[in-house]
Order: sequence, then C-alpha cells, then structure tokens
Amino acid sequence: MSQVHEGAAAPSGAHARGADGSRDLRLTGLTKEYATFTAVKSLDLVVPQGEFFALLGPSGCGKTTTLRMVAGLDTPTSGTIHLGDTEITFEKPYRRPVNTVFQNYALFPHLNIAKNVAFGLERRGIKNTRQQVADMLELVELTSQAHKKPTQMSGGQQQRVALARALINKPEVLLLDEPLGALDLKLRRGMQLELKRIQTEVGLTFVHVTHDQEEAMTMADTIAVMNQGVIEQMGAPSELYENPRTTFVANFLGQSNLIAGEIEGRDGDHVKVRVQGAVASVPGDRAHSDSGKGWLGIRPEKVLIAEAGTPIDAPGDVITGGYVTDVSFVGVSTQYSVMMPWGQELTVFEQNTGARSMLPVGTKVDISWRPEFAFLLDASQDAKAGIEDD
Amino acid sequence: MTSTAGVPPVSTDDTTAAKPRGRKLTGYWLILPGAVWLLLFFVIPFYSLVASSLFDPKGSVLTGYEMTWHVGNYVDAFNQYKGQLGRSLLYAGLATLTCLVVGYVLAYAIAFKAGRWKNLMLVLVIAPFFTSFLLRTLSWKLILADDGWVVGVAQAIHLTDVLNIIGLTTTDDRLLATPFAVIAGLTYNFLPFMVLPLYASLEKVDIRLIEAAGDLYASPMRGFFKVTFPLSLPGVVAGTLLTFIPAAGDYVNAQLLGSTNTKMIGNSIQSLFTTQGDYATAGALSVILMVIIVAAVMAYVRTAGTEELV
Ligand SMILES: Nc1ncnc2c1ncn2[C@@H]1O[C@H](COP(=O)(O)OP(=O)(O)O)[C@@H](O)[C@H]1O
Ligand SMILES: [Mg+2]
Repeated sequence: MSQVHEGAAAPSGAHARGADGSRDLRLTGLTKEYATFTAVKSLDLVVPQGEFFALLGPSGCGKTTTLRMVAGLDTPTSGTIHLGDTEITFEKPYRRPVNTVFQNYALFPHLNIAKNVAFGLERRGIKNTRQQVADMLELVELTSQAHKKPTQMSGGQQQRVALARALINKPEVLLLDEPLGALDLKLRRGMQLELKRIQTEVGLTFVHVTHDQEEAMTMADTIAVMNQGVIEQMGAPSELYENPRTTFVANFLGQSNLIAGEIEGRDGDHVKVRVQGAVASVPGDRAHSDSGKGWLGIRPEKVLIAEAGTPIDAPGDVITGGYVTDVSFVGVSTQYSVMMPWGQELTVFEQNTGARSMLPVGTKVDISWRPEFAFLLDASQDAKAGIEDD
Repeated sequence: MTSTAGVPPVSTDDTTAAKPRGRKLTGYWLILPGAVWLLLFFVIPFYSLVASSLFDPKGSVLTGYEMTWHVGNYVDAFNQYKGQLGRSLLYAGLATLTCLVVGYVLAYAIAFKAGRWKNLMLVLVIAPFFTSFLLRTLSWKLILADDGWVVGVAQAIHLTDVLNIIGLTTTDDRLLATPFAVIAGLTYNFLPFMVLPLYASLEKVDIRLIEAAGDLYASPMRGFFKVTFPLSLPGVVAGTLLTFIPAAGDYVNAQLLGSTNTKMIGNSIQSLFTTQGDYATAGALSVILMVIIVAAVMAYVRTAGTEELV
C-alpha cells in the first residue's frame, strides 16, 4: 500500500529524528506466511525512537505475528527488521534489545513475583537487582505481593507483573501485546495513563498492540491501523480520525456515515460529488478518489440536524427529506438515526447544548455538514469494512 | 459432636443430626473395599514379615519357627549383609542416574521435537513390556557375552579399559558378570518408568514460557536450566522414585547378569527365604531395606522441595 510509505515518512512532528545514529525500528517488506495463510503481508513501517506507537486492528489481523517477528520468536518469510542501522531480522531473541509483554502474560509459575521481575536483569548478569525490583513493583503497585506465586494472583495483577518484568530491562523497544486486555475499565484507564507516563519518562520506544481504538487514540503518538495482514493507514490519532483513507479506517476508528456518490471531478482545490440529487464538495486533500463512484464520508458528530424547513445553524452542504427513526439520549449528546429518502439510515450526534429540545421519532428533518469535514473514499471498498458487529 | 461418642444426642437435635451422620456413613462404605484390600494384601503380609524378622534365628523349615522377639536378628542381618545393602543402594543409585540422563533426553525429544512421531515413540518406549522381563534380561546375557560384538566394540574404543579403571568391571576383556552389566541391566529395565513421568511433566511445560525466557535474555541453555528443568521437577522426582525403589530391591539383574561379587540385597533375601529357610534374617533384611528406602525417599522429596514445584 503506497500510503504507508507516505505516512511513515511523516511521523507526528516532535518525535521525528534523522536516520543518522537514531534507533528507529524499521520493518521493510515484512511477510509471514503459514502453510495455507498469509498472516502479515509485506509490511512497511518505521517506528521512530522514543515514540509511543500503536498497532491497532481487529483480532486475527496479524498484530501478534508482527510483534513476534520483531521479538525474534517467529522468523519472517521475507522482509527485514532494522533497529537503527543494525539488521536484527535473524538475530536470536535473547540478543535483541527488545522485550515483550505477552498477551497471555507467560509468567514463570515456579518463580515468585519478585523473581519473575528480576529474571531479565539476572540473565544479563546484573547482581544487585533488589532495589530495581522493589522500585518496579512499587510502580505497578504490587509491592505487597512480591512473594506470591503468579497463580495466586488475579488476571489484572498478573498483567501488571508481566509489564514490570519487561519494563525493568529498559529495552530499546518494548513490545506490548494487548497488555491491558484483562483489566477492568477503571484499572485500565489508570494503567493507560501510567503506561503513557512511564513511556514519556524513560523515553523508550513502545509498540503497543491493541484492538481497542479508544485506547490507541488516547495513548499513542502514532497509530498504524492494521487489517488482514496489511497496514491500511498510519498517522497521528487525530489525523486518522479526521481524514481516513479507507472505509475500514473510517469505520474502525469511531463511526462514519458513508453515502454513495458520483464523483464529478476537481474544481480548484475541491472535488465535487453528486449525492442523491445534491452536490457536495470535499477538500482536495481529503478526497482519496478522483473519478467514478465514491463514498462520501462524514462523521456523525459533524452532521447538523434541524426540523425540516427551519434554518440550520452554520450550514454547509444540505440534504433534505429525512425523518428521525431512533433517538437515544446519552447525557452529553443525543444520538439520532435519520432515514434518508434513498433508504439509508445516517447517524447524527448532537451535543446537548440546550439550544433546542430533542427531536422526537418521526420528525421530518434536514441535515447538513460543512464541506471541510467531509472525506471521499474509493467506492471499490466495502462500506461496512471495519464495523464491529459485536 | 462426633467426639461425644456414647453420649445420646440431645433430643431436639435429632432431626438435624441424622442427616450428617448418614452422609458420613456413605464415606465409610466407599473406603471399605480399599481398606479391606490394604488389610489383606499389605497389613497382614507386613505384619507377618515383621513377625518373622523377630523369630528365633535357630528355627528352620524342619524344626519350625518360634517367636522369641529376637531383636538381635536386625543387628546380625545388618552386619552380615551390609556389603550387599550398600551395593544395592549404589547400583540402584547409578542406574537411576543413568536412567535420568538418558530418559530426560528421550522424554525431551518426544515432548518437544518428535512432532507427528510422538505417539509412535511413546509406544516404542513401552514396547519392551510386551515381552517378559525375565526373557529380556536373559537376552542381555547374549548381547554382553564374552565373544559378542558388544565386547569387541567396547574393547576397540577402549571402553572396557575405562570401565576397568573406574571399577565397573573386573577385567578389561569382559562385560558380563560385572557391576557394569548389572547396572546396565537395571538401567535398561527401569528406563520406561523414568521416561513416562518425565514425558508427562515436560509435555505440560508451556512453550510460551520458554519463549518468554528467550525474550528475557536467557540463551536456550539458560532457559532450559531456569525454566524448563524446574518445571519438569515433578517428573524428575516421580521418575527417580519409580526407578530407584524397585531397582534397590531387584534381584533378577544381579542374578542373570552379575557374579557372586555383585550380589544385591534382593539376591540375599531371595536365597535366605527360598533356599536357606532363614526366615528371621530374611525378614529382618527386608524391613531394614524398607526403612532405608522410606527414609531416603522422605529426605529426597523434602530436599526436592515439592512446594516449590508449582
Ligand atoms: N502457527 C500458525 N499457523 C497458521 N496460522 C496462524 C498461525 N499463527 C497465527 N496464525 C493466523 O494468523 C493470523 C494472525 O494471527 P495473530 O497475529 O495472532 O492475530 P492478532 O494478534 O492480530 O489477533 C490469524 O488468522 C491466525 O489464525
Ligand atoms: Mg494477538
């Protein structure tokens, strides 16, 4: 995918460094094939040194396989892995300055927590590990559990031990495979902030694998969205959210309304699209298709709604003739489902500013959005890609 | 309330007390067959063994045996047969050690490297059980025979010289009728008892833990000693016990593959019982062997630290 290279070349500003002397993690053409299945397809990726990088994708898309190749636990079918200028594609795992927080923790059941955490340091011949282990256990709030065995702990506690066991080694690259998956929501929030704080403090490169888009967005400097073994798009969280390039990204990261349209062509720095009788325009840098059919995309919170005939506040492109089929009040906002004349239901989020009372089901409405918030995607893609049906 | 046996239950408690008591009886019924079995086949023979170890040593099959509480039998038996006792423990120990080394490699290969050959290899491990223990041991007589090729090869590579120097053989031109042959026989016969528990333990070791050790800077060798081996300790303990205990009491290998100088305690007990009719000494020796083994096993299990084993 060509957009991957573009994205990789322009990471989120502050963390970018020159190729000289830096220890960026670079994956080039990385491929892993199993007998009947290609888990990772020609992956190109640069993770700048010191960055909090998230690999986001649904279960089974190849995230773990990618991490295992970086850790040296799986051998790539083809492609290379570099850390700075050093190639580590075939380096033994125990010689790589890389540690992993495993998805299944993989704690040593015969060792207590303190010994689990000290394992990496001891293997590198470091003698006095006591203080470091104590500090680490304090960081993950397990000081009182130091002498317990892993089997005597809850899933969340085990996960924190796994984190401490990897982090204590201060590796150049820390790989985290869904490290917060087993935590309950409250602890998870806390650990997200904690992880982010630790990463900023120690300045290590974190590659954080998750299928939770909210987690990726709150924590990462850069997100790579992965789907079926390829990276669909990479960039800063806001960039991905505001300007998705594929229907998968548009749906997997937040929600999107995708309306089928006919692209009429460029008009200056905008692209004109004919949608169901109306003509909408999309800024050139948000149009990822130039001709033929396309999906006009607009995020639900960017859609304005008003009773038919009444003026819409700060209007842009307007479509009339819809009616409300469902209303749900969620406190800060109200979520409407609006049936459009061509039989498609669009989703609209409206802030509860109190300016107007809720529109009841059945109300005839007009909707509108500002052209600069719209995006245009190639129609050859499935409009439902990336929608999680659970 | 069970401790107040004989005291009639307080009448108001009658209904509530009836239920737990019924349930308790079920438990006794369930252990009854096992208890009877143990009584018939362990307690009674053991009682008779201990009893005969205290018979008057002058008794014989012809004159009959008299119970005289002759504790001196133990002292006499120990003094007279301490050579065989020591030899038994030494041979069994060496055979167990050899079994452990050979068996560990084999079990490791089956558990981690055999792939689709795993089941076949397991069948091969127990395949020797399809023929008689005695026949298999006898066939080692042929294998180790003086004019056989094994001796020839061992001489050619100077194995016989090495064995002779470390005292496992008595001359440098034969293997049969030497301590080496007895230990080799024991090793061969008890190897499956070592391999199977080791395999069961290794099989359970999560590969992902070994990967994690590698990820945490442990070379494959260090990973083995720090993770794989400790996790297989239950198998090591079980395997060594299953090998050492029967090997220490074995007499077939020493009889068929050894000489008069390699007699083990089992041979002495067997001949005392069956040919000499000295029930007292035989009984005392049996009890001594049992006490030594129980003590050794307890010390061993304690140092192996079972609570450390997951
Ligand atoms: N050893 C293997 N043999 C065959 N297919 C595998 C193997 N390991 C993983 N896969 C497949 O590769 C895909 C990616 O797996 P994985 O990297 O674990 O996904 P994720 O971590 O994103 O959930 C999955 O569809 C999985 O079934
Ligand atoms: Mg995974």
